[in-house]
Formats: sequence, structure tokens, C-alpha cells
Amino acid sequence: MVLSNPGINTLFRAASLPPDWPGGFWWHWLVFTVIILAFVLTLVMGFIWFERRGMGRMQARIGPNRVGPFGLLQPVADAVKVLIKEDIIPAKADRLVHWLAPIVAFTPVLLVFAVVPFQNGALLADLNIGILYVVAVSSVTAVGIFMAGWGSSNKYALLGAMRDIASVVSYEIPVVISIVSVVLIAGSLSLNQIVLAQTLPFILFQPLAFLIFFIGASAEINRAPFDLLEADSEIVAGFHTEYSGMKFALFYLVEYGEALAISAITATIFLGGWRGPWLPPWLWFLIKIGAVFFFMVWIRTTVPRVRIDQLMALAWKFLFPLALINLVITGTEVLVWPEGLPWFLIFVNFAIAAVLILLWSKLFRLGWGRVEVRTIR
Amino acid sequence: MTLRTEPFVLNIGPVHPSTHGVFRMRATLDGEVIVNLEPVFGYLHRGIEKLAEERTYTGVISLTDRLDYLASMSNNLAYVLAVEKLAGISVPERAQYLRVILAELQRIASHLIAVGAFLNDCGAYFTPFLYMFREREKIVDLFEMLSGQRLLYNYMRVGGFNQDIPDEFMPALAKFVDTMPHFIDEYEQLLAQNEILLARAKGVGILPKEPAINVSASGPVLRASGVKWDIRKADPYCLYDRFEFDIPTGTAGDCYDRYRVRVEEMRQSLRILKQAMPQMPSGEIKSEVPHLLRPPIGEAYGRIEAPKGELGFYLVSDNSIAPYRCHIRAPSLLNLTALREMIIGWKVADAIIIFGSIDITMGEVDR
Repeated sequence: MVLSNPGINTLFRAASLPPDWPGGFWWHWLVFTVIILAFVLTLVMGFIWFERRGMGRMQARIGPNRVGPFGLLQPVADAVKVLIKEDIIPAKADRLVHWLAPIVAFTPVLLVFAVVPFQNGALLADLNIGILYVVAVSSVTAVGIFMAGWGSSNKYALLGAMRDIASVVSYEIPVVISIVSVVLIAGSLSLNQIVLAQTLPFILFQPLAFLIFFIGASAEINRAPFDLLEADSEIVAGFHTEYSGMKFALFYLVEYGEALAISAITATIFLGGWRGPWLPPWLWFLIKIGAVFFFMVWIRTTVPRVRIDQLMALAWKFLFPLALINLVITGTEVLVWPEGLPWFLIFVNFAIAAVLILLWSKLFRLGWGRVEVRTIR
Repeated sequence: MTLRTEPFVLNIGPVHPSTHGVFRMRATLDGEVIVNLEPVFGYLHRGIEKLAEERTYTGVISLTDRLDYLASMSNNLAYVLAVEKLAGISVPERAQYLRVILAELQRIASHLIAVGAFLNDCGAYFTPFLYMFREREKIVDLFEMLSGQRLLYNYMRVGGFNQDIPDEFMPALAKFVDTMPHFIDEYEQLLAQNEILLARAKGVGILPKEPAINVSASGPVLRASGVKWDIRKADPYCLYDRFEFDIPTGTAGDCYDRYRVRVEEMRQSLRILKQAMPQMPSGEIKSEVPHLLRPPIGEAYGRIEAPKGELGFYLVSDNSIAPYRCHIRAPSLLNLTALREMIIGWKVADAIIIFGSIDITMGEVDR
């Protein structure tokens, strides 16, 4: 009794080991950091394979099928190839900016996953401002991309970088507003709490917010049809025209890591995250991520690219006002039913979404490109 | 500190994913808007017109393949028509019919690539392109049956063809003609009313009627501007006056109309094929022509409606075995002359699709 001092021991434990965390604080940090790194990198490779094979099927061709079973090892082969490639820096490049850009772009993609719950409570940090953190961190990637465009001292890269900044600045607003309407229903900013609040997936209560979030997020991470910053038929490869070797691979990782992050966030806040019957929660989470990503691939193979002014018009004339109206409607609903939304609101909200979209498409056309047929001079 | 902006020069090409070969556009940009444009070509010049003066009349046929390499049959046809006019050679009716069939098949194949590449320029990530290549493949297979080649056919000869068609050709052709309308409907369903395509292509790159005639544009580019001009009707060659078909024209002369005109022309070509197949008689495929042709002194101009426009060969003979002069009126080059006026004032992304909608082959522009 004299030798040991249980009082100090319990005090120490209470400070550093919250009861719901497995192991000590640093163990928790280490385990989840490794899990996130492994999860992101392997899943990104899986996604690259998935997209190339899926696009192959949709485009009436086969896709990569030589390396490993079903071509599964193709991303590994690509990674090895890219690792041993020469790293070329243009003579007139801003060397520091050029070197730093891939890192600045890649880090935020990993940071996003710190607050994404893989199952109940299984996440690196259950921040009570989780979704705000996601929004804040994910837009840092744009800085890295602009650094790449500026530092390369290439005109195509600069055009791509300018387009990226324009799209990120515009699309952040409707995306955040549509997230706010979800937060209003869930009553919390923590992603784990948002999942716990979804007895029914929020996509049912918030169809319009889901659409706005999905379109806006696709534009923000430059997935087709908003892939203007690397539009290969216009500006060759956009911001990463002058990158080769591992730096290029990092930008490739950024692209797919962002797609993975957006799929994960969409699955978490709209599709019920890890919730689902019969299957284990982490599997449900993976299935939902895969479903959202499949949808992105599908869109990419289907539609042509929009022009920069049409991109802006879509953000400011369509998504922004619709997101605001949706926020007002959701706020009213939450005020009327503070104990939780009744199920019949699903039909009401779907009807509201349909009416609003139809109304808005009558009011505005896409940019100044859509000129009705003129008579010939 | 005052901020100022200045226009900057962007070299689009000569090596660029969307220049359909090696074409260069020196664009002066104000932000994204193009304020001036200077087209530069000649990177693929091979001196075909000069080379033709060194070869026999038959030997030149293989050179014409290399002009518009996406429509070799049409090039062959225009050249042999000019030589036949020069030497006064008549062609058996069976060969005439086969020429019509091959020219129309080639038109479909060329338009498939034109439309596919145009949509690729619009940013539809390779899907329409690959779908249309799938159908072009069938046409290429048909041509392979005839000539053994898949790109540069070298099949037509002065006075007819170098050999008759194999037995399996006509059934395969009939199958293709039966299935193709279904595929065209499929493209139309997927693309014709796509909102993004409408927003991108409608009203963009307008080439009005008068300038189109003034720059002597031809083919789908001219017809999209509302001019009903088709050499198959205006100056019928082969047996085109025996077939019924319409000339699709556009109303606005924009990129979308040029796309529409091409799709409609594919349907009209299928119509001609349907009429020509059962009428084709049996008999000789080639008339008697000496091996070393020595046309009488004189000159001749043979022209056809090639997929890209009016393709003409102007030949001068000095009664030797090689042409004294061979000039090629290349539709790609003349359609390209309107490019600057069409692009100025539009954005970089529009410049790419306007350029794509003209449908050029650099092999024909530079020769």
C-alpha cells in the first residue's frame, strides 16, 4: 500500500485513457493512422482497377486484364513503373513550389479520413466538429493544385490551375449549405453522431441536398463532367502536365483519394454510413463507398464535359439558390417536428425536390453557350 | 500597386491530343477567351502532288490512299474518275455499282470517326468514340475482304477494280446494312438531346451561309450552313442519278448542325446502299485498259462528294506514262480556311470542338 499509489495511477489513466478508446491514446492514434493509410492506399488502387475495368465494360472494350487475375495487379505494376521513372523538373519551373505541390495536395486527402467512422466509434478522432473539419481540410488540396499549376511555368498548367480555383471557390458554397441541412436534422456536426441519427438514410429526407452535395463535390474534386482542370482534349493534362515519376503518381493518388473521400463522406452523411442489416458494419461501409464511386464512374463514361462559364453558371444559378431554398425548407421542418422527422416527409421532400429542379431548369439555361438556333445571316 | 492583365499566346499543337494529327493553332488568349488565332499547318507535308509526277497512272493510286487516310476508297475513286475522263475510258456497270457501294460505305466509316472524335473533343471520355469505332470495324472488315487492307485499300483501278468481289462480301454487306440503323438510333438516343452536348455545341462556332460559300467550303460543313450543295446531285458521277436520297442540311451552321448533318448523311448512305445492292448486275469488273496508260495530251478534272467535301483531282497529260501535273483539291484544307473567323471570340474549350466539328484529316490538308 505504501509502495504503490493507486490514486495517482487512476488519475493518470483517467486523463489519457478515455474508457471507450481501445488501448492507450498513442496506441489508438498509431493503430488508426496505419489503418487509414492502408485503407486509403489499397482502396485507391482498388478504385483505379475498378474504374479502368468498369469503364472498359461501359465502353465496349475489355480494360486491363494482363497483370494478375482479372488485371487486379495492374495498379501495382503501374506504381512500380512510376516509381522508377525519371523525375523531370522544367528548367523555368519554380523548383520549391513545383516540389512541394504534390505533398500539399496529397496530405489533406489522408487527413479527411481521420473523422470518418468505419463502424460505431471506430475512427481516429471523433471531433465534435467533424464535418466542418472535413470541409476545411479538403479544400486545402486546391492550394496544392494551384501550386502545381503555377510552379510548372507552363501555360496549360496555369489554365488548369485557374479553372480549379474558380470551381473550388464556387462549389464550396452549395456543398456546405447542403451539408448544413443534413446537420440540422442530425443535430450534430460529428460524423459518428450523424450516422447514429440516421435510422433512415438521410438521402430519403434530403434528396435535393444529396444531389447538390454530389454534383458540387464532383465538381470540387474535378470528376467528369467537371474535369476541366485536366481536360485532356483541351489543355493536355492541365495542372500536372509537367509532372512525371512519383510526383505525378502522387497527383494520381490525390485524384482517386479525393474520389474515395467524397464517396466515404457521401456514404456517411447521406447513405447511413456503416448502418445496415445482416452484414458487418465495415462491410456495409465499403459497399456504400463502392456504390457511390460506381456512380461517379458511370457519369464519367456517359456525359461530355461542361465549359468553364457553364461550370460557374451551374454553381451560382442552380445549386446555390436551390441549396438555400432547401435549407429554409429543412429548417422549417425541423422546427415543426423537433423530435425527429415523420416518415411521410420522405414523399413530401421528394416532391419538393422534383418541383424545384423542374422549375429551375425552366428559369435558367446552362451558361451563355446555349443560344437558341439563330437564323442564318 | 496596380494589377494589370495582358493577353498571352498559347500554342495549341502541333502535338496535342485534339489536333487530329499535327496541326497548330497559335491562340492569343484573354483569360480563357480567344482574341486572335493563327492556324499553322504543313507539318505533314509529303509532296504527294510532286511524287505523282514521277509515277505511272496506276502507281499514283497508292499515293491517293495517303491523302485522307480515313477515306481511302473515296480518294481512289476521285483519282480514277479523273484519269478515266482524261483517257476517255468507259467503266462496266457492275464496277460503277460497286464504286457507289464502296464510296457510301466509306462515307459512313469516315462520318463515324468524325462524330466520335467530335464528341471526344467535347469531353465525352472516349465512350462515343469507341462505340463508333466498333461499327467502323465492321466496315473495315468488309474492305479487308475486298483488298486485304484495313486502312489504305489501293483497290480501285482505272477502268474498274483490280479483282472481283469475293462471294462472302454481299451477304456480309447485307447484314451490315440491316444492323447499322439500329446502332445509329442508339447513338441518337444517347447523344442528340444530351443537355451538356446541346449547351456545348448549339450556337457555337457559327459559319453563316455567305462566308461558307465565299471560302468555298464543301461537304457537311457547307450543308450545315444551309446550302443544299452535294456533287452527287449537282454533278452526278458513277450512277448516283439512279438512286433516291435526300441532302440533309442544317439551319444555323453551328457545331451541333454539323454533327446532325453527319448523322443524317449516314442514314442517307444506308438508303443508297439498300437500293444499290439488289440492282448490282453481274459481268465484267474492269474494262480493257493498257498496262502503261498513255492518255492523249489534255487535261481533266474529276470530282466526287468525298465524306469531308468536294474532293477533286486535276490532271494534265503530256502523252507520257506519268501525269504531267496532278493537283488535288482537298476539302479538309478549304474547310479549314474558315477556322479563324469561327473561333475568335470563343473560349479555349470551344476552339477545340469547333476545330473538331470541321472534321479534317491532316494527311489531306498538308498532302
